[in-house]
Amino acid sequence: MKTFDPSRLNAIIVPLIAGGLGLLVGAGMLLALGANPLDAYAAMLQGAFGSPNAFADTLVKACPLLFVGIGTCIAYRCGVINIGGEGQIVMGAIAATAVGLTFQNVPAILLVPLGLVGGFLGGAFWGGLAGVLKVKFRVNEVLSTIMLNSIAGFFMVFLLTGPIIDPTTADNAIKIPQTQRLPLASDLWRWIPTRFHGGILLGVVLAILAYILLWRTTIGYRIRAVGANARASNYAGINVGRYQLLAFLLSGALAGLGGAVELLGVTHRLFSDGSAHGFTGNAGFNGIVAALFGGLHPIGTIPASILFGALLVGANQLQRTIQVPSAFVVTLDGLIVVFVVASQIWAQRRSVKRVEASPQTVKDL
Amino acid sequence: MISELFTLNVLVGILTSGVRLATSYLYAAIGETFGQISGVLNLGVEGIMLVAAYTAYVVVLQTDNLWLGLLAAILVGLVMGLGMAFISVTLKAEQGISGIGVYLFGLGLSDLLYRITVKSPQTIKGFQNIQIPVLTDLPIVGPILFNQNILVYLAFALVPIAWWVLNKTTFGLQVRAVGQNPEAADTLGISVAKIRYITVTLGGAFSGLAGASLSIALLNIFQQNITSGQGFIAVALVYFGAWQPFRVMLGCLLFSMVNALQLWIQVLNIPIPPDIALMMPYVLTIIALMFAARVAFVQPAALTKPFERGE
Repeated sequence: MKTFDPSRLNAIIVPLIAGGLGLLVGAGMLLALGANPLDAYAAMLQGAFGSPNAFADTLVKACPLLFVGIGTCIAYRCGVINIGGEGQIVMGAIAATAVGLTFQNVPAILLVPLGLVGGFLGGAFWGGLAGVLKVKFRVNEVLSTIMLNSIAGFFMVFLLTGPIIDPTTADNAIKIPQTQRLPLASDLWRWIPTRFHGGILLGVVLAILAYILLWRTTIGYRIRAVGANARASNYAGINVGRYQLLAFLLSGALAGLGGAVELLGVTHRLFSDGSAHGFTGNAGFNGIVAALFGGLHPIGTIPASILFGALLVGANQLQRTIQVPSAFVVTLDGLIVVFVVASQIWAQRRSVKRVEASPQTVKDL
Repeated sequence: MISELFTLNVLVGILTSGVRLATSYLYAAIGETFGQISGVLNLGVEGIMLVAAYTAYVVVLQTDNLWLGLLAAILVGLVMGLGMAFISVTLKAEQGISGIGVYLFGLGLSDLLYRITVKSPQTIKGFQNIQIPVLTDLPIVGPILFNQNILVYLAFALVPIAWWVLNKTTFGLQVRAVGQNPEAADTLGISVAKIRYITVTLGGAFSGLAGASLSIALLNIFQQNITSGQGFIAVALVYFGAWQPFRVMLGCLLFSMVNALQLWIQVLNIPIPPDIALMMPYVLTIIALMFAARVAFVQPAALTKPFERGE
């Protein structure tokens, strides 16, 4: 019989309070900017949920955050920190682009899965690299993933300004760093007239699968055991390095898939403004924010991604109606991350007390 | 073509730009060295640099006073560093993730304020080059080392000072003790929290200087994401330099020289893709980190670990 677990409640309440504090500080900033915070937040709500189209846009923006967020959950549960989402999205998108450009006359039923597999593998490769660097060479993963983000960004710009540039613009004086439009057969299913696409549903399915993997399988149990206590896991005969590498492969693959979904579902061509950021729109970082907000739980990451997707879409409305630049939302994102991470101390304190009070829960990892 | 790179004038040009471009990396990385040696990884450097770069630019734009701009940037860095110290020392937050939060905050805030306060982008008159009598006239080394602005000179002067403080003073000893073995330091009566607050706040102030060196000395303008990842690189360069100021400086120069080379490759229209050239220092850093971990340099044992006083 399941008893009431206060730490579960904490995992929900603490981020909510932290997020509320973030919004409160945001309100103070809006006041300082001379805008009425209530009007501003109302405009954002309106912009994000005001019509079916708006809601669809929110879900579209939430989609890459969800993919990165699920990956973040897996990595974090294994005790490794993957902040290489930006690079992994880019590598996934590059791989999917390669598939799309190579197979011009393949039917959709083959091309879409091929593109997605490409994205999955591209991201897994880039995440796996950080994993190998950590496991085999003991390179701090925070540093390696940051470096790999930049390398992926430069690699993408290199490709876009030369080898895979849109051939119709290649001879122009000013080169636009983008590819031609990928074949129509590579497009994900879309709910016309909104921008809602099938990748969003895929994200939700993967979140559920990730939950099952982490909490209902032996592999998941070991991933979490390594995350909870690597040394003890080692003594228990678990190959710690192997599971850390697996966590990197999976979390990279998910981010890469997110890149492929963004490409095949929304942009239909790879482009850049000279950095990774131009294509990803910071999703590699925002996805981490969503995962944190979702209590580092794949299912919790679904509503959290929608919330941050709404912030992004609402920001545009904010800019249009109240003339507050949309950069406000990036600031707000940062504040929320800081508040959520800083508030973990309260979430953890409670759960430590709980473990002390009832020792048998320790084995219930 | 390629051979043009090897004319004396071009080489001197590359080295001169390389020394100048090292400035922002140096401030940020030397500041970060203090924090990391004391056991705190401040990944928010990039965010602090951005807000400070904006602050320096806007103050100079309003007052025409470069020193006031510099001071304002240092103050902003100090305050944000203090915030980071509070988050990672007092609240014991996960340092990698909270750093990303500070980065996003700085990225957004600097862009937001810039769009609101600066209607039309305009360049400012930043710190000018200072010629040093006799030395500037030396052949080759003169233009490379002794025809730079004051912030460049200061950045390089900072390296031996940091080395001296860390290795030859009681404070430096305390910083290392707190990062190496906080429990022992605590029993000896050194306040772990106090030392870490000092180093992280100091690191913040240096990040502020780093940001200002971009907006009011090197580029003389502000734009969205002006730092383009330099703060993150600075954090990695501290590992790269194995927490020793002179080695950290070598890492900074490696990055800045490649940046300078890349600029000249474009100027001379040499058919090497600039993005491949730009990638190289990152690849080199990763390779260096692989060897650094192998040789087991003295990584501060308590790095990224919050200190919990045993009861």
